[in-house]
Amino acid sequence: MSASEAVPQKRPRPLSPHLQIYRPQISSALSIFHRGTGIALSIGTLLLAWWVIAAAVGPEAFAAAQWFIGSWLGLLMLLGWTASLFYHLCAGIRHLAWDAGWGYDLPTMHKTGYAVLIATAVLTVLAWIIGLVVW
Amino acid sequence: MTTKPVSLRNPLAHARGLGSAKSGFAHWRGLRVTALALIPLTIWFVISVIAHLGSPLPEIRAWLAHPVNAALFILFIAVGLHHAANGLTEVYEDYVHGHYTKLVADLATKGLAVFLGAAMTVSVLKIAMLG
Repeated sequence: MSASEAVPQKRPRPLSPHLQIYRPQISSALSIFHRGTGIALSIGTLLLAWWVIAAAVGPEAFAAAQWFIGSWLGLLMLLGWTASLFYHLCAGIRHLAWDAGWGYDLPTMHKTGYAVLIATAVLTVLAWIIGLVVW
Repeated sequence: MTTKPVSLRNPLAHARGLGSAKSGFAHWRGLRVTALALIPLTIWFVISVIAHLGSPLPEIRAWLAHPVNAALFILFIAVGLHHAANGLTEVYEDYVHGHYTKLVADLATKGLAVFLGAAMTVSVLKIAMLG
């Protein structure tokens, strides 16, 4: 006791590993993606609100909203919006399965994690291919 | 003594059985129930938007004027905004530590969500009723 108190600089108190020390893992990465995409979608709701309110206000307001969505910035936001939506949807279903008590063991958790990533990529690409063909 | 039945459960077991009380469980459950409702609503929304990409305004309005579409759209934004505001509250609870900062962030989020919900609902109803 007295020895450790005498040399506090040489024997610092142990710290729990924080983010910059922890090796990134699919479990923690997908967890923070879920938060991030949730926040992104909340902000993205503003874009949806503009679009719907503009549709009710009139042709000029609607043209302005359509112009913005069709601009490179609008398209970039829409791409982020689509990817976030599909990710949050797929990862959300995974969360609901956990809430029901299913899929907690590590092999299943890793499998469903990769499945969420693949499904997000497939759905996003599919939506944009169909969307650009229809547009 | 007459109101408390004799039990071998200690206070911890009692607390576990009842949850931590207050509004925590309702908040937790609310996020899950809205998440469940948003699965079909989101699929409907994505398919509908893709089907109307680049459509002129009268076509968009005709689509929103259909009672079923108007109802689903209002439900999508109402449930979605509820889910978003609840989810953001969870984020503030984890990362915003000042009591008043957290309170202001939470109330501002809820206020904005209610305003956007009202404005979007009125917009859909205007299109549905006036064309």
